[in-house]
Amino acid sequence: MSILIGRDTRLVVQGITGREGEFHSRAMLEYGTPLVAGMTPGKGGQTALDGRVPVFDTVAEAVRETGANTSCIFVPAAGAPDAVLESVAAGIQTIFCITEGIPALDMISVVEKVRLAGARLIGPNCPGATSPGRAKVGIIPGSIHREGRVGVVSRSGTLTYEAVQAMTDAGLGQSTCVGIGGDPIVGTQHIDILRLFAEDPETDALVLIGEIGGSAEEEAAAWAAEHLPDMPKVAFIAGRTAPEGKRMGHAGAIISGGKGTAASKVAALEAAGFRVAGSPTELPKLLREAGYRG
Amino acid sequence: MKIHEADAKSLLVAQGLPVPAWAVARTPTQAREAAVQFLADPGNATKKVVIKAQVLVGGRGKAGGVRLAATADEAEDVAAQILALKIKGLPVRRVLVGPAADIVKEYYLSVLLDRATKRLMFIGSAEGGVEIEQVAVENPDAIVYEHADPLLGLPDYAARELAFKVGFGKHWKAGAAIAKGLLRTMIANDADLVEINPLAVIREHNADGTPVERLVCLDAKITLDDSALGRHKGLEELRDLDAEDPADVEARRYDLTFIKLDGDIGCMVNGAGLAMTTMDLVKRAGGEPANFLDIGGGAKADRVAAAMRLILEDRNVKAILVNIFGGITRGDEVARGLVEARAQQERDVPMVVRIVGTNAAEAAEILEEAHFVTAASLDEAAAKAVAAAKGVAS
Repeated sequence: MSILIGRDTRLVVQGITGREGEFHSRAMLEYGTPLVAGMTPGKGGQTALDGRVPVFDTVAEAVRETGANTSCIFVPAAGAPDAVLESVAAGIQTIFCITEGIPALDMISVVEKVRLAGARLIGPNCPGATSPGRAKVGIIPGSIHREGRVGVVSRSGTLTYEAVQAMTDAGLGQSTCVGIGGDPIVGTQHIDILRLFAEDPETDALVLIGEIGGSAEEEAAAWAAEHLPDMPKVAFIAGRTAPEGKRMGHAGAIISGGKGTAASKVAALEAAGFRVAGSPTELPKLLREAGYRG
Repeated sequence: MKIHEADAKSLLVAQGLPVPAWAVARTPTQAREAAVQFLADPGNATKKVVIKAQVLVGGRGKAGGVRLAATADEAEDVAAQILALKIKGLPVRRVLVGPAADIVKEYYLSVLLDRATKRLMFIGSAEGGVEIEQVAVENPDAIVYEHADPLLGLPDYAARELAFKVGFGKHWKAGAAIAKGLLRTMIANDADLVEINPLAVIREHNADGTPVERLVCLDAKITLDDSALGRHKGLEELRDLDAEDPADVEARRYDLTFIKLDGDIGCMVNGAGLAMTTMDLVKRAGGEPANFLDIGGGAKADRVAAAMRLILEDRNVKAILVNIFGGITRGDEVARGLVEARAQQERDVPMVVRIVGTNAAEAAEILEEAHFVTAASLDEAAAKAVAAAKGVAS
């Protein structure tokens, strides 16, 4: 099964002819992702990636012609919110927005439109997701993965790679790895991904990667304590040494008014039955200690 | 981006919000001229002026940065004293001068991004004039919350509901109008936060000397979304370069995210989460990070060289830890940047480099040829950097 993406995925890439879009589309295709269409306004009728992928003017046309059900957006920040709306209007159910630097207020009405349409948005400013051996959507390097049954959810990009690499090195494969993005307004939060993992028969253990700022990790922890009491769970929180009042790169990563500290997140996760690692490299060992035998 | 109170008030006025008159002074003489004008205003019920330091940190009042004056002489004197202050390390270069308000009652009203609900949220309280965080701890029931509609904003009925819940009493119409105005200010400028504390009922005098009350924004704090500055002409000019570390200005030029800290191990990392993790592991290994530095995705050699210059400008730095997990970023590009940067650097500081991911093998070749100290894992890299900073051979 896996979550979000898998064998049933039919992917359309919005912005496939741009530099980033083309580079990562090639990597997705080479990984084996069912990338069925590209979309760039004005380039309909052309092909991308050495003739392997047809390009359409609109997402609606791509959906009609190829049955695309998932989109991945590499459109620059000024056009990315509109790209999400176009996916929603075309009936796409799972939308990944990789673009970073989108003004936060632009996303408020967009995430509402996604919600009203019953679709799902991952990101913006996210690395995407990989279901190892099946599909990868976004920019996560395919080489770090291994097929398996551990679900990984993270707010970060390269930190996710670090954690996944540590799992793979220790022989622990993944069902799906999802990077939800570091912006203040994102379509999908930790708790939403945990809900999906809870329903996935092929996910037997959880890795949650969080960072300072907000309270999303605490909310996810409370939900997991109630709904996944027996699943082995481990976590890592970045930013234990971050000073208060400084925005640590991600727009969301800031401790203010004593809230959103690493200490409060670690405490909430531990209270919810997560084993919390001091370094990403400790995650596999802790997962074994939590009883994971996969 | 943080902006000064006076600039925030200008943004409020542009949206039609009630803000008492003010002037900005850079010298005691300018403060005196402004004071003369406000002291002579027949509407000024207190016959005094307030002089407020314009610095981008909280706690101005406690630091002696907000004071009253009853005469032009006193205003000049007080302004001179405030302009000589440093508040939390920041020199005061400007003061705001305005009529001292005759305050009847103080409220709190703000609008901000609420990440949990993915909507804009109003926070209001009839206990204004103190820090809202303090009210939240001591008297949480005194705070009311109201979300804006993600598609419609704040319809009139919702603004009225908010005004009644906060408890503006007979000033409810003004309260509702101000709530709508704060939202307009937020949207017009792509702000992350618009905070009025206090929002106050003040007493003024009509031309015939009879007293009149009105609800006004006495103070204002606005932070702007950095991602949106490019589409608002003029807002970038509100950035106070004086209040910034020169290193921050340099970092912005090269698209680097740099935050100086107090330790002695310089860190260069790609990605915010991994950068924080690298700092955490330095600390765990017994060291202290000198900075947070995210070189972003797809960094090329020149950006790496600029990052290295920034780190080395901090004379406390005794060792440097470079941690790159290549995805978009190519390891060989970073390695070339490091070689180039080391050739230019004036100070010989030990460096530990870890590059994995995209083009890591090519990077390893470059690093080996240039005799860099390398590490395979992040934990190992942190330990080696800490040992190097302590002068222990690793």
